[in-house]
Amino acid sequence: MEELIKALIEMQEAEAIRKAKELLDKGTDPVKLLEACSTAMEGVGSRFEKGEYFLPHLMMAGEMLRQISDMIKPLIKEEKSSKGKSKYLIGTVKGDIHDIGKNIVTFLLDANGFEVKDIGIDQPPENFVEGIKEFQPQIVGMSGLLTLAFDSMKETVQAIKDAGLRDKVRIMIGGGQCSEQVKEYAGADAYAPDAIAGVKIAKQWIGGK
Amino acid sequence: MKQRFMELAPDAEQKQEERFNIWRAGEGIPFADADAKAAYQDRVTLIKDAVQLKKKPSRIAVCPSAGFFPMQYAGISMYDAMYDYGALKKAVEKYHLDLELDAYNAPTMVPGKALEILDYKLYQWPGHGVAKEREYQFVEDEYMKVGEYYDLIDDPTAFFLNRFFPRIFGALKPFETIPVLPGINEILLVPPFARPFGTEPMKKALTALTQAGEETLGFLAALGEVGGKVMGRGFPAFSGGFTKAPFDVIGDSLRGTRGIMLDMFRCPDELKEACERLTPIMVKYGVNSCRAFGHIMPFIPLHKGADGFLSDEQFQTFYWPTLRKVITGLVNEGFVPQLFAEGGYNQRLDVISDVPKGKVVWWFDRTDMKKAKEKLGHVACIAGNFPVDLLITGKPDEIRANCKQLIESAGKDGGYIFTTGAGMQGAKPANVKAMVQVAKEYGIYQK
Repeated sequence: MEELIKALIEMQEAEAIRKAKELLDKGTDPVKLLEACSTAMEGVGSRFEKGEYFLPHLMMAGEMLRQISDMIKPLIKEEKSSKGKSKYLIGTVKGDIHDIGKNIVTFLLDANGFEVKDIGIDQPPENFVEGIKEFQPQIVGMSGLLTLAFDSMKETVQAIKDAGLRDKVRIMIGGGQCSEQVKEYAGADAYAPDAIAGVKIAKQWIGGK
Repeated sequence: MKQRFMELAPDAEQKQEERFNIWRAGEGIPFADADAKAAYQDRVTLIKDAVQLKKKPSRIAVCPSAGFFPMQYAGISMYDAMYDYGALKKAVEKYHLDLELDAYNAPTMVPGKALEILDYKLYQWPGHGVAKEREYQFVEDEYMKVGEYYDLIDDPTAFFLNRFFPRIFGALKPFETIPVLPGINEILLVPPFARPFGTEPMKKALTALTQAGEETLGFLAALGEVGGKVMGRGFPAFSGGFTKAPFDVIGDSLRGTRGIMLDMFRCPDELKEACERLTPIMVKYGVNSCRAFGHIMPFIPLHKGADGFLSDEQFQTFYWPTLRKVITGLVNEGFVPQLFAEGGYNQRLDVISDVPKGKVVWWFDRTDMKKAKEKLGHVACIAGNFPVDLLITGKPDEIRANCKQLIESAGKDGGYIFTTGAGMQGAKPANVKAMVQVAKEYGIYQK
C-alpha cells in the first residue's frame, strides 16, 4: 500500500496502476485502496501548495485516480454512501463554455470527500437556483474564464438572493480574470486563485460550520 | 536542425532598423494630411524607442488591447461584428477616433459566414453555439490523438491537410484523400495525385473553400478600408502578423490542455520532438504574416506557459526551448516578437530574460510589473498590464490611482508600453477614458 501511495504521489503512472492491480488481485479491500488513494491525493495537494506541483500534476493525479476507481467500481457492491458528506454545487456560468478549471476543482473536491454536483457549462442563473433547491449544497462554485462571466456571476448571485437561498449557501468564484475585486462585484463570499485554494476554502467553510 | 535559431545573427540589428523604417514610412497608407502622417511617424517612434532601449521615448505609448470593447462601445452585437462588415467598420472607426490611442488595433474578428461555409468546429461563435451577444469561444478537444505524434513529426503539413483540417473543417473532410505530396515525383504518380480532385465530394469541398475565400476577401476589404482610415489619421497598427509557441500549437489546438499535460508524463520525447519540428514552421509563419502587413511586430499569444500551468522544470524542458528559437528566428529577420504572456509569469521572469537586448516586447497580463521591470527591464521592453477586472468593476477614481501606480512601477526610464492585461470587453467606457487620459498625461518623460 505504501508503494502505491508513493507511486501516486510521485506521478509514476504505470507503477501506480500496476501496484493497484496487484493489491486488488491479492484480495485487498477495495475501500482500503480508495483510502490509500485519498492519502496520496493529500500528498499531491501539499506538494501543490508548496509550489512543487502544478496543474499537469493535478491532471495526472486525476487520470491515475480515474483508472484505479474504474478497476474498483465493479468490486464495490453497496451504493456509495453519500451520507454525512458535504455538498458542493459547481458550474460554469452563463455565456461561458469553458470547463477545464471546473473539472479539476470537481475532481479535487471529490477526492477530498465532498459530494459534488456538476451542472455543466454555460449555465443560466435559474439552473444554479434549481440546482440549489434540488441538491441542497452548502457551497456553490461558479467558474468562468472570460470577462463576460463577471456579469453572469453577479446575476447568478442575485438570482440566488431573489430565490431566498443566499443565506443557505456560501459562494465562491474562480477562473480566468477573476479576482477579489470581481468577488466583491459579483457579491460572492470568496475568490479562489487556483483549484487547491478552492478546496482549502471549502474545507474551512465546512469545518467552521 | 538543432543548431538553427540558437544565436543572434550579426545583421539582426540592421535588419530591425530597416523594418522599423518601413513601418514608419507607412507607404500605402492614405494619410488625411501631412499632420496625420507626422503624428503616425511620431507614434511609431514612441514604440521604437521603447523597444530598442537605446533612449527614453518622449512619452509612454498608450496602446490598450481593444478586445471586443469597440463593438460594445458602438452598441453592436458580437454577431453583427462577425456578419455585418459595415457595422464592424463603424464600430472600429468610432472606437479609435473617439479614444485617440497611440495605436490601431485591428479587430480580433473573423467572418462568421466563412466559418459556416467551412463548418468550422474548433470554435463556437455568436449565433452558432453561443448567443448572438457573446464572443466566440474555443472548443477544447483532442483534435490529434496521442498515437499520432509521429504523423505530425514526419510531415506537419500532411498531418494538417489529411487529419487536422478534416476534423476541424467539416466541409474539408475529403482532404483526407489527398496523397502525401513528396511521393508525387514521377509521371506515373500524376494519376494518384490528380484522382481525388476529380471526385464529387472533393469538388464540393473545393467549392466551399472558394466560397469561404470570397467571403473572406469581402471581409478583409472592409477591414482594410477602416484600417486605412484609422492609420491615415495618424495611428500605426500595434501589431501585424501572428505566430505561436510550438508548445501552444500542440497544447491549444491539437492535443488540448489535458492531453498535452498528460503527454509530458507519458510521451515526453515525442512531445519535444514535435515542438522542434514545428519551430521553423512557426518562424516562417510569423515572418510571412508580418511581411504581408508591412509590419515589424508579430503578435504571439502565449497560453500554456503561464505560472501554475507548468512547473519550472516543465517550462524549461518543454515550453521555453522552442519558443526561444521562434523568438531568435524572428529577431534574426529583423522582427520584434510581441510576446503576450497571458496569465501570470512571475515564476518565469529569470528564464524569459534570456532574450537579445532591445529586440522583443514582453507584454504581461497578471504579472507583477515592478518585478518584471527589475528582472527584464535591462533586456526587453515590457508592456501591460492594466487589470481588466478593474476596468469592468471599478470606478474612475480607482482607475486613475492604479494607472499612476502602474506607470511608476513599470514606466521608469522608458522601455515600457502602456496597455491592458487582456482585451477590454466588458469595461465601462468612463473607466477606459479615465485610464487613457491619465496614462497620456502621466506618461510624459521629463527631459
